[in-house]
Amino acid sequence: MDVLHKILVAPFIDMVAAPDFFMQVLWEGLVSGVLYALIALGFVLIYKSSRIFNFAQGIMVVFAALTLVGLHEKGVPALLAVPLTLVVMFVLAVAIERVVLRPLVNQPDVILFMATIGITLFLIGFGEMIFGGENKVMITEQLMIPTGAFTFEPFGGFLLIEQKDLTAVVGAGILVLVLLVFLNRSKMGRAIRALGDDHQAALSVGISLSTIWVLVWFIAGIIALATGIVWGARAGVSFALEVIAFKALPVLMLGGLESVTGAIVGGLAIGVLEKLFEIYWGQPLMGGNTETWFAFVFALIILLFRPQGLFGEKIIERV
Amino acid sequence: MTQAPTPTNETKAAGSILSVNNIEVIYDHVILVLKGVSLNVEKGGIVALLGANGAGKTTTLKAISNLLHAERGEVTKGTILFEGNEVQSLSPNELVRRGCIQVMEGRRCFGHLTIEDNLLAGSYTRRDGNAAIKRDLELVYEYFPRLRERRSSQAGYTSGGEQQMTAIGRALMSKPKMILLDEPSMGLAPQLQEEIFEIVRKLNEQEGVSFLLAEQNTNIALRYATYGYILESGRIVLDGVAADLRENEDVKEFYLGVGGEGRRSFRDVKHYKRRKRWLA
Repeated sequence: MDVLHKILVAPFIDMVAAPDFFMQVLWEGLVSGVLYALIALGFVLIYKSSRIFNFAQGIMVVFAALTLVGLHEKGVPALLAVPLTLVVMFVLAVAIERVVLRPLVNQPDVILFMATIGITLFLIGFGEMIFGGENKVMITEQLMIPTGAFTFEPFGGFLLIEQKDLTAVVGAGILVLVLLVFLNRSKMGRAIRALGDDHQAALSVGISLSTIWVLVWFIAGIIALATGIVWGARAGVSFALEVIAFKALPVLMLGGLESVTGAIVGGLAIGVLEKLFEIYWGQPLMGGNTETWFAFVFALIILLFRPQGLFGEKIIERV
Repeated sequence: MTQAPTPTNETKAAGSILSVNNIEVIYDHVILVLKGVSLNVEKGGIVALLGANGAGKTTTLKAISNLLHAERGEVTKGTILFEGNEVQSLSPNELVRRGCIQVMEGRRCFGHLTIEDNLLAGSYTRRDGNAAIKRDLELVYEYFPRLRERRSSQAGYTSGGEQQMTAIGRALMSKPKMILLDEPSMGLAPQLQEEIFEIVRKLNEQEGVSFLLAEQNTNIALRYATYGYILESGRIVLDGVAADLRENEDVKEFYLGVGGEGRRSFRDVKHYKRRKRWLA
């Protein structure tokens, strides 16, 4: 009974007893959720248009952040370094399409997946060669990202919202909105969706594979840069950042590999839930540090009931 | 190795939009599928490519539209001329840009896109501005009023007939001079087949689009086409004006299901030879 009480009742009493703290936890969860969503979005776009599971998404985040910081270290003004980094990401997209994807067209999916592991290893080596292996500090101030904090006093308590987190959430929100409009309203966006539905048919109406692939990898590059800036501002820029890509895996399982909505909702849900679980269940009952595994277990449970993920594309079957 | 059974169209008529000269297609480097196919489509013509399953109709169309590469097939011999220019090395994208587009077998609509998005996806290669595309969208809706009603439904949930119309409409959105139409009647009720072929004829007459259509339904194809080729195991075994083919005893017997009995005369001798070549 005591255990059941601790699991089923006590946490909720805590939540209600200290609503300000509860809101703080929610906010922290939301911020990491936004990051998960961004990374997952990079995966989804590439998977949708080419059925490639892009293992390199994580290293692209590191590479983009390193390029940005590296350029700044070489004396490029911060605000100029951002567009320059985007140029680098574009060149990378073109190079990947030419050197890796084009020769492997029509190969089984797993071969393309292996190829993205190759890209990952290459980028690690290449990045270290150019920028060195040591950790760097994200150029937060130089990018004019505010670093102060707002404090509120809801319910007579205390809530602290860091301005850089707020900027991250708003920035990511805008990025996602632009992306959604682009996918749903523009000609290229339509072509990306068409390619995701039927490869051959897309080819037959003249949609050019290589153009779309470059475009999609470039968008993934843009997303990687955004993620890199935000995450870098919180935790510094190092190759260890790469592992956050694995945090996107449960998000993808939860949201479905081809769903943009799924990536966003799944990312936010996992971010918030893992924080809540850690604070209210993990720390008092299991000694904490549940954030490393919670998302995976949660996704696993969801998969038992919905193998295509919560938002996976419905397989249309006519009878 | 193999000899072309029919004389190649060396005498390309001035009005030819497409001419395929003795092409050979090999899949996966080993499987010889087309063994020297030649055919010719006049500008503004409707040409039917007939034959049973596995005869090579789809392969022929894909060889022309350059979609073979995606299935590890390649044209190893012969030439394909579209409007007098060799096109074997062009990408499908470039070919669509030049005005030759394929409507694939089985409709192949983009299931999760709306009908309207499907149609608009067909205008990918166009560079003549949104106004022109909008105009053509209206035109497509005039030819297929049913698509206008269903413009915002997901294509995957529409009926087979509507999907075939969407596929043809989508091709039309690229402003083609020529459409390669693969099995338009497949899986449709006879009445709907008739409707689709009526539209093909209308597009041909009013928009001046030439058609090369692969069909198993010999009967309907020969009623709408002007010329026909009969393909068997990767070879053209017979060709002629559609009306003549319909009267041909062999075609009647093998493809139209009409018995070849009846009057016999000296014609049978020639007839026998022809049949022998065909069955060889």
